[in-house]
Amino acid sequence: MDLRFGDSKPTDEERAAIDALLGPPESAWEGADDRTDTDLRWARGGREARERRDLLLPGLHALNDRVGWISEGGLDYLCRRLTVPPAEGYGVATFYAMFAVKPRPATVVHVCTDLACAARGSAQVCADLERDVGPAGSAGSGAVWQPSPCLGLCERAPAALALRAGETPQAAVVAPATAGAVADAASAPHEAAAEPPAVAAVPQTGATSAPLAGGDGLVLLRRIGVVDPGSLDDYRAHGGYAALRRAFALGPAGVIQEVTEAGLVGRGGAAFPTGRKWSATAQQPDHPHYLVCNADESEPGTFKDRVLMEGDPYALIEAMTVAGYATGAHRGYLYLRGEYPRALRRLRTAIDRARSRGFLGKDVMGQGFAFDIEIRRGAGAYICGEETAIFNSIEGRRGEPRSKPPFPVERGLFGKPTAVNNVETLVNVLPILIEGAQAYARTGTDTSTGTKLFCVSGTVARPGVYELPFGATLRELLELAGPPESLRAVLLGGAAGGFVRPDELDVPLTFEGTRAAGTTLGSGVVLVLDEGVELPRILLRIAEFFRDESCGQCVPCRVGTVRQEEALHRLKDRTGAAAAGDIALLREVGQAMRDASICGLGQTAWNAVESAIDRLGAFK
Amino acid sequence: MTAIPLRPPRRLVDLTLDGEPVRAPEDSTLLDACRAAGKDIPTLCQGDTLTPKNACRVCVVEVEGARTLAPACSRRVEQGMEVRTDTERARHSRKVVLELLASSTDMSTTPRAAEWIEEYGAEPDRFGADAARVDEEPKVDNDLYVRDYDKCILCYKCVDACGEQWQNTFAIAVAGRGFDARISTEHDAPLTDSACVYCGNCIEVCPTGALSFKTEFDMREAGTWNEAAQTETTTVCAYCGVGCNLTLHVQENEIVKVTSPHDNPVTHGNLCIKGRFGYQHVQNHAQNRD
Repeated sequence: MDLRFGDSKPTDEERAAIDALLGPPESAWEGADDRTDTDLRWARGGREARERRDLLLPGLHALNDRVGWISEGGLDYLCRRLTVPPAEGYGVATFYAMFAVKPRPATVVHVCTDLACAARGSAQVCADLERDVGPAGSAGSGAVWQPSPCLGLCERAPAALALRAGETPQAAVVAPATAGAVADAASAPHEAAAEPPAVAAVPQTGATSAPLAGGDGLVLLRRIGVVDPGSLDDYRAHGGYAALRRAFALGPAGVIQEVTEAGLVGRGGAAFPTGRKWSATAQQPDHPHYLVCNADESEPGTFKDRVLMEGDPYALIEAMTVAGYATGAHRGYLYLRGEYPRALRRLRTAIDRARSRGFLGKDVMGQGFAFDIEIRRGAGAYICGEETAIFNSIEGRRGEPRSKPPFPVERGLFGKPTAVNNVETLVNVLPILIEGAQAYARTGTDTSTGTKLFCVSGTVARPGVYELPFGATLRELLELAGPPESLRAVLLGGAAGGFVRPDELDVPLTFEGTRAAGTTLGSGVVLVLDEGVELPRILLRIAEFFRDESCGQCVPCRVGTVRQEEALHRLKDRTGAAAAGDIALLREVGQAMRDASICGLGQTAWNAVESAIDRLGAFK
Repeated sequence: MTAIPLRPPRRLVDLTLDGEPVRAPEDSTLLDACRAAGKDIPTLCQGDTLTPKNACRVCVVEVEGARTLAPACSRRVEQGMEVRTDTERARHSRKVVLELLASSTDMSTTPRAAEWIEEYGAEPDRFGADAARVDEEPKVDNDLYVRDYDKCILCYKCVDACGEQWQNTFAIAVAGRGFDARISTEHDAPLTDSACVYCGNCIEVCPTGALSFKTEFDMREAGTWNEAAQTETTTVCAYCGVGCNLTLHVQENEIVKVTSPHDNPVTHGNLCIKGRFGYQHVQNHAQNRD
């Protein structure tokens, strides 16, 4: 490919950051400074370099982590190294909210203004920051702050995340956040107070522990707070790697059969039967097969996967190994959202240790099965949690969803058969293998088996991740979490979900039960809103979220989400007849988004607003 | 002599289109089947020489049993499929898509846009005077062609034609996200600082007139552009031995733009800078020579 590169040169820092990732350039064709005789005789790069295109996103991270933004020279050098057209590299860099292509200070503070944080005072934090440090986006004293979509720290809302670029990039979580604490973290992220342990987000294990509704112990969360997340030995002492051992005894087909019989369905929101997905992937004649773990947990109000990854990282590593074994994949990609620094750290450690002890690598547990895991970090794009957008993101392209068919099981990552599963789904495989499918399926209902994690946030006494058997009611869950005195509504399933009223709390928390009630479990978000909530403001925030996060590929979503937000702006102070026109407009645009958008983002962008109008009587 | 491309015979599949049984070759799209049956489905991001991105969603149809509508341009026919092209649901989505596009971009030079807006009863003005628009100024950074992204509907056709589907130059890509996404060179540099080779194959596929010859752009500005008064003459490019077809668009005895027939089995409407823009010698009149 005859690519044209500009004249901008990388700084020494930028070059070092890229070279640390890719190794030094082998020739002037790949951006080495000095041209050698061989360079004049043989062209280098080409297909070999192009096949490393998937390192574009890690390369952009390397630049951003080192200097805080992506300069022309830095991007040019990265593109040259990977033989990526600079226009495409620029298109990818500008796709992600965590990257900037204009100079900015090394420290960027993301202040969450999303639903759960808004319900617990993020507006005040922002107002204070504006007064004390200046408006969002204005650079001052080496740092800049900006409002952010959900950071997945809802149990400690309001939350902020400070990221500082440098030779050793630093990250500090400030939650619950005050303007003062945010400013302190911005000026010295390395001195920020340590985060509470992951178990603090699991009220069922704490001193305030309330018994589980079903009387059973915790299943998915049982090791959180019990094991040392850094210790492989401790994990094994608590039942770790028993499931993988059983998997090897059963063989790949046996594992798939257990998972199918257990009735496990995907926990990411779509509730697709996992066994069917695995079996379809395993049967594909095309090779290699890939496994992708979707840890791009970005649905506003969702933080269960973070708690699992921070509190019990080896469980995910083991579950991915089982999934790889069952589907015939030898490589798993763990796509982790960019806003989870602690989960990243712990998973990296866990993968390294598992590899050094033979639980990953060429010969897993001496069983002759080769499997390894690579972490890929997202960079601030909700859409990359879509099952096909995640492939484009990993491949170094813009994270735009692909049209289906073909489905991932036929043509997924790198065009090969791929099983893509959510973190919680994968972790469920461990108890299935240890207890057996039938024992697992005894928990829950006939069509929703096992337990489910719920992310309870908003105005409750004990926000956090709760694990309940499927079939418990919303009322039971709220009782555990300590509901507000005057409940206005509960948002189930996040921004793509729907509201339920206080008189609907007996809805059983199952896939079929919520569907029958005209709502959805989604990713397990339970956002509790009391009477003090300004519903129009919440709806506007949801609309802003979808406008910001639409990838822009298809018209219904790209423009529809903008029109939806504009209508909700107009509706902010209107009710009754004055609101009727805009509500009709919202319905028409919403219907077209639902029917004609390419992917789930556009198709569900109107769900929550619709349910607020129809069920809660918003704007009446 | 017309070359007839030879293909292996394709199996025919049976499906129903608006209640009528039809047969279509496997691997053909619903749009192919609709067109073969004489049904007029609006399209924007679909082009006869490209694989569509199916981004515009104006061609959606209803497939029995599917939760959402399907883009006719990309969905392949399947045995036993029941397809409806003119249901209330499909018409509604097309109408809203046209409204969303026309309320945010300038569709004045999009062929058939006005006709479709009328046909589907679209009212782009209903979003109010404050509705956000793309709001781009024309980029005039070279003598050959203009990029007026106020007219751009982000169909991806220029990107695909510049990139891996035809030209392999990769001068442009989509940058930004959501409503702020734009077709852009790296760092939004002018074309003259980009990888652009001025083949003009992006102009050839642009469905809205966002990309146009500088001559056309200037004449439209001056109010002298008159398609009705133009003749089109297809001839052979005289520059090299490939023998590409050129279609010269002539107004008042001046070449005002050059296109190339899409059904040419060799070039499929693609040209190089010489064929596309190198026509000045033909009309190098004495009065211009000084």
